[in-house]
Amino acid sequence: MTGLAVLRPGPLSLLQDAGRFGWQHLGVSPAGPLDVQAAAWANRLLDNPWGTPLVEIALGGVELESRLDTWVALCGAELDITLDGAPRPNWSRFPLRAGQCLCLGFARSGQRSYLAVAGGFRAGALLGSVATQTREGLGGLHGDGQPLRAGDLLPCAPASRSGATSVPWRFVPDYRAEPRLRVMPGGDAGDFSVAERRRFFAQPWRLSPQSDRMGARLLGEPLRAPARQWSLGVTTGAIQVPPDGQPIVLLADRQTMGGYPILGWVHPLDFGLLAQCPAHRTVRFERVAVEAVQGEMREFYRFFGR
Amino acid sequence: MRLEPAGADALLIVLAEQPDAGLPLRIATLTDRIHLELGPLLIDLVPGWTTLLLHYDLLRTDHLQLGKRLLPLLEDWHAEPESPRLGRLHELPVWYAGEDLAEVARACALSEAEVIALHSGTEYRVGAIGFAPGFAYLGELDARLALPRRASPRTRVPAGSLAIAERQTAIYPQASPGGWHLLGRCPRRLFDARAEPPCPLAVGDRVRFCAIDEAAFRAEGGVP
Repeated sequence: MTGLAVLRPGPLSLLQDAGRFGWQHLGVSPAGPLDVQAAAWANRLLDNPWGTPLVEIALGGVELESRLDTWVALCGAELDITLDGAPRPNWSRFPLRAGQCLCLGFARSGQRSYLAVAGGFRAGALLGSVATQTREGLGGLHGDGQPLRAGDLLPCAPASRSGATSVPWRFVPDYRAEPRLRVMPGGDAGDFSVAERRRFFAQPWRLSPQSDRMGARLLGEPLRAPARQWSLGVTTGAIQVPPDGQPIVLLADRQTMGGYPILGWVHPLDFGLLAQCPAHRTVRFERVAVEAVQGEMREFYRFFGR
Repeated sequence: MRLEPAGADALLIVLAEQPDAGLPLRIATLTDRIHLELGPLLIDLVPGWTTLLLHYDLLRTDHLQLGKRLLPLLEDWHAEPESPRLGRLHELPVWYAGEDLAEVARACALSEAEVIALHSGTEYRVGAIGFAPGFAYLGELDARLALPRRASPRTRVPAGSLAIAERQTAIYPQASPGGWHLLGRCPRRLFDARAEPPCPLAVGDRVRFCAIDEAAFRAEGGVP
């Protein structure tokens, strides 16, 4: 099999598809891309179906050498993209020829970049998915949950596309702006006092450097949380409030069950804003109704052909 | 009993306020029925101690429609206080030589042999599976062995470790951080993504532990 040879893997580059679903009853995390929108655009630029395997690159610093003629697309964090030293645009697709070297600099704004290839990267699925879950040791190129390493080959097939295209500028998010994350209140929100709930929406929260693919940890004036409860199934985007009063937004590598009180859920289309935030950036929350989010999600899925 | 949306594409069914011994098997029975009736609308069904979370496909349904379809199933379930099934029984071998066995015995004012006898003399029920792939919470541990979690969790607990905390016991399927007290090691693999099924245990199943010695542990493929 031919493909793209990994010369420099970057700090955390992970093969991802739409995620590993159908196994949460056994405690298996869904994984998948943190920034669902940027990943969806990268695949769409190449006419790949929803969830085609691509690489999520944290912070950049990646160098790949192509062993074949194909097309790639990059979306997400703003970073220098060069092909044999010549600049290439972000949020765009472009051809890659055998022997050419694709180099990604370090992210200037945003944290995650998505590299898709025409037809997708090929790897053996584990529990129905190639999504890399490092904590659980599942998925990825070798099925063991390891990130990309120097010397790996990202397998793909030769392909051609008709010409360069880019994501229309109005869909390209500005990762420098302070994110306003929309929240569907619910869960155990009723067990928090009215004043505590108000405080959650009124105050700015700082993103902790301890955040990872499992959860975005927020720092601020602590909330007084109600007591723990019997562990129950949780969803991505759930805002948990542990006893220290510092909320955690569960992200793609979340656990399947949790026992901390839940204040509500972040809008799935806002996960990307959170995933693209650097540590110490402030974020704010505002309310949104479940039905409004469902309407937007349906439109989003239809547009991207889920 | 109540139904609540849990974000844009999940529905939480709260089945009881407090768990009881018979509930896990009843929730497992309900989970199977919902899967059978409404499977194509659903992505994941996650039973908890007192709840069942349904992750559904937003392109096929929503929480209101799903709630309507669930009502008759929930009414039938509610009218049936006993599960018609017993739950599968698993016998798991354990070499009771855990790092915390002596400390647990001291804290519970028992001998090590008494700790082993109490732990292996109880039949447990799988109440939930979570925390990590294949990590099954088993209840209910004998009250004489109930201890709070360790003050500082270990950064690494070896795979197969049998542990206790509060009124629960569990086996760590993979090496992971952990704050429970380690009583012993099970040589069996309790999660293997390449096996069918990947995890032998299911919510509602019964588990018995039988004490084995180091030689038997090694013979079953255990690595001390």
